[in-house]
Amino acid sequence: MKKKKNIKRILISERLILDSGKTLPEYEIAYETYGKLNKTKSNAILICHALTGDQFCTLKNPINNKKGWWNSLVGPGKVIDTNFFFVICSNVLGGCMGTTGPESINPETKKPYGLGFPVITINDMVKVQYRLVDALNIKKLFAVIGGSMGGMQALEWATSFGHKVHSVIPIASSYRHSAQNIAFHEIGRQAIMADPDWNKGAYYHKKKYPKRGLSVARMIAHITYLSESALQRKFGRNLQNSKFFSFEFETEFQIESYLKHQGFSFVERFDANSYLYITKAMDYFDLSVKKGGLRKALRDKNLSYCFITFSSDWLFPTSETKTIIQSINQYNTKVSFAEIKTDKGHDAFLLHEPNFHSTLKSFITGQKKRFKI
Amino acid sequence: MTKILRNDLQIISNLIEENEKVLDVGCGNGNLIEFLSKEKNVDCKGIEIELEKMNFCLKKGLSVVQGDANYDLNDFSDNSFSTVILSQTIQATIFPERVIKNLIRIGKRAIISFPNFGFWKIRKDFIFSGKMPKNKILPYEWFDTPNIHLCSVNDFIQLCHKNRIKIKDKVLLNENGEKIQSINLFENLISYQVIFCVSKK
Repeated sequence: MKKKKNIKRILISERLILDSGKTLPEYEIAYETYGKLNKTKSNAILICHALTGDQFCTLKNPINNKKGWWNSLVGPGKVIDTNFFFVICSNVLGGCMGTTGPESINPETKKPYGLGFPVITINDMVKVQYRLVDALNIKKLFAVIGGSMGGMQALEWATSFGHKVHSVIPIASSYRHSAQNIAFHEIGRQAIMADPDWNKGAYYHKKKYPKRGLSVARMIAHITYLSESALQRKFGRNLQNSKFFSFEFETEFQIESYLKHQGFSFVERFDANSYLYITKAMDYFDLSVKKGGLRKALRDKNLSYCFITFSSDWLFPTSETKTIIQSINQYNTKVSFAEIKTDKGHDAFLLHEPNFHSTLKSFITGQKKRFKI
Repeated sequence: MTKILRNDLQIISNLIEENEKVLDVGCGNGNLIEFLSKEKNVDCKGIEIELEKMNFCLKKGLSVVQGDANYDLNDFSDNSFSTVILSQTIQATIFPERVIKNLIRIGKRAIISFPNFGFWKIRKDFIFSGKMPKNKILPYEWFDTPNIHLCSVNDFIQLCHKNRIKIKDKVLLNENGEKIQSINLFENLISYQVIFCVSKK
């Protein structure tokens, strides 16, 4: 893992009471902002990242020198125009890009938390974001937007802090993690925990960390982000280096090579324990079990929603989003929704998908008029 | 200045009271709901199947869900709107009967407008040419028309009777989109377009 110096963070010297009942004595939030906050502080957009994302949603990520994960969408003149909006993006609680997580030093023991870090929820992540928005002195966000787990956070904002937001934009997301999604996460976690280098989460002081387990977890997860037809289109049954089978167990098919590359490059940038904690937080997410169900959770009539899904996304299928919309429809007309036709699967929200971008841009343009900013 | 609406939409908008809650099924570019929300403070929502038209609505700040009247009306609960509008669309649905039932389930009333296939010129054209009639609002060739369930005023009334649907109001329009006084015996002959306001019995 590369060191994370010079990351912008704030320390919140307050106890954080978590959904589990446990507490963190204090916590740091690593974040990045783009664009300028206007005089009335009405142009702030909070972007929530997905499972393995970070606060560097655009421009160059200083850790890996690559472009930010939503560079195609966020930036000057882009769909989320940083010439106009003040964009905030923070690393989630439990993450490994500077916000307090399992690799952070526990102020009480002066050692990395490891498995001593309490199990967290999406709601806990959002409480921390709320604290950041507060620290930045923003009374009301123009929008909270996020894909996948970022969409879960956006919905949690609608539920817990609806009065602090104008519009909520969950993309390729759901009100809950389905049984199938939990199943895939559990395989990933088991792969990490089966790696001898994991050492029950206490590997920060060692030379080795659970690279193999984490890369297998990533390989499994990566399949769920794509679609069968996209895999077939991109890789087919093509072999990597030869026209003939080798009759050995080395990497042979292009798809094998691709997945291995995904796995190996991932372990360079992500902490295995963070992966355990964040996947667990997603698995626990279910807005419908709150008292009064989804309808009550999303009852704030003043909120304006835009849901976007992708037709080939089988991880967060459109039917999940439709369930949310049905619940909101009864009380609130301000719900917009589009399903973008694509074969790119769940990952489409991160890719160049012109129809997705045009719908999002249209919604943002309309909301700017609606809220007169 | 608000843009002037298409004639039939203008008449539909006159049927809407202030502060209503309206669902426009097949809202297109959103002209009607934009007008209603601005001029009558109506709480509006649209359903539109085409992404481009939907985006056009979103840009205006309107709330629109992408959907198909044939399948997606189930996402709305009973009596969740005061009025549900379906303008110039029923003839293009796959399941008109199911759609109409859904409209009056979701709304306390439904306003449905369509081109009248019983119009005398359509009958004349068919008799003399022996070919599928075409006109300004039905411009398509038979093989590429989206209008797969054309009906006449009488057909619609009959379907309402069959399903115990109450006809609350009926506005007949001539070729210029002007209201015509109802001549009961000949309404099916003389109306070019028709707007029905229906509800549960």
